[in-house]
Amino acid sequence: MFMLVEMVDTVRIPPWQFERNLNDSIAEELNKKLANKVVYNVGLCICLFDITKLEDAYVFPGDGASHTKVHFRYVVFHPFLDEILIGKIKGCSPEGVHVSLGFFDDILIPPESLQQPAKFDEAEQVWVWEYETEEGAHDLYMDVGEEVRFRVVDESFMDTSPTGPSSAEATSSSEELPRKEAPYTLVGSISEPGLGLLSWWTST
Amino acid sequence: MLAWKLCRNLFITARYKQASSGDCGKDASSALLSNYEVYQLLTDLKEQRRESGKNKHSSGQQNLNTITYETLKYISKTPCRHQSPDIVREFLTAMKSHKLTKAEKLQLLNHRPMTAVEIQLIVEESEERLTEEQIEALLHTVTSILPAEPEAEPQRSAEDAAMDGEDPA
Repeated sequence: MFMLVEMVDTVRIPPWQFERNLNDSIAEELNKKLANKVVYNVGLCICLFDITKLEDAYVFPGDGASHTKVHFRYVVFHPFLDEILIGKIKGCSPEGVHVSLGFFDDILIPPESLQQPAKFDEAEQVWVWEYETEEGAHDLYMDVGEEVRFRVVDESFMDTSPTGPSSAEATSSSEELPRKEAPYTLVGSISEPGLGLLSWWTST
Repeated sequence: MLAWKLCRNLFITARYKQASSGDCGKDASSALLSNYEVYQLLTDLKEQRRESGKNKHSSGQQNLNTITYETLKYISKTPCRHQSPDIVREFLTAMKSHKLTKAEKLQLLNHRPMTAVEIQLIVEESEERLTEEQIEALLHTVTSILPAEPEAEPQRSAEDAAMDGEDPA
């Protein structure tokens, strides 16, 4: 689920930090810039792993800060496709089951990827697996807070950088609600034996 | 400069080029990390930040604090917190005979499966690749080498208990 990603970036260190060790300042700047952020097509950044190379630092006219090109490695959350993960159910809605890992929330299991046959209980706002046994159907509820094992089947990155005024105007006229899009979402599936609530598969 | 380097020998080097990333011209090529390595890195980082403590430079790091706290909370609940570099090495050596891919071995290490159905999820096309006996053997290797949650398995063998005694965690 975690990856080590090699990246290159130019880091600006303001002059009042020159008394400090350059590596420490750079590590801090990189963590300030990247930690808890999603990098497009890379994943959710967790923390700096190490600095592999520092190139020469430059001071430009008109700016007292130093600019250093840094080669570094960062720990990134980016599960590969078909990876099995365990999360907690954050909530159910007609769109499917929302799962959270604690540090990452944007995981959805759509209705067609649930254990079949499944139905949405409108009264309790919860998805139910109507498990068939010899004694008839047995309702298995997917309650909030339960631990769930799922397979990652798809991922999508959304470019959430601000758009120009012209396109913003066009969209606001067509749809009013400014829905906040998640920059990185995972689509899960539990339609295989062994997947779903952990309690479904523990032998009792 | 840090204890981070300890983990470096370990990581499972599945390297591949990634499509060029958009943000700030970062060129990404990457390797997989096991949960244990991330756990180790984050606990070291936490320790180190606690030592440097009330230092004036540690302000403005709320994002780092949030993500490391949340990630550590999640990882601490996985079986990896009882692992050690020696255990991981022993596990990878034992896995050589099972002819699994790196991704499969990584997931076995992260999840420590205890039932055959979990093995079938992790190993792709397990029906064709593994016989029932092979799955049993794999389960046995995984559960005997990787340490369990101390309280989770009361009916463990004496051999397992002895191994946990050596575990510094």
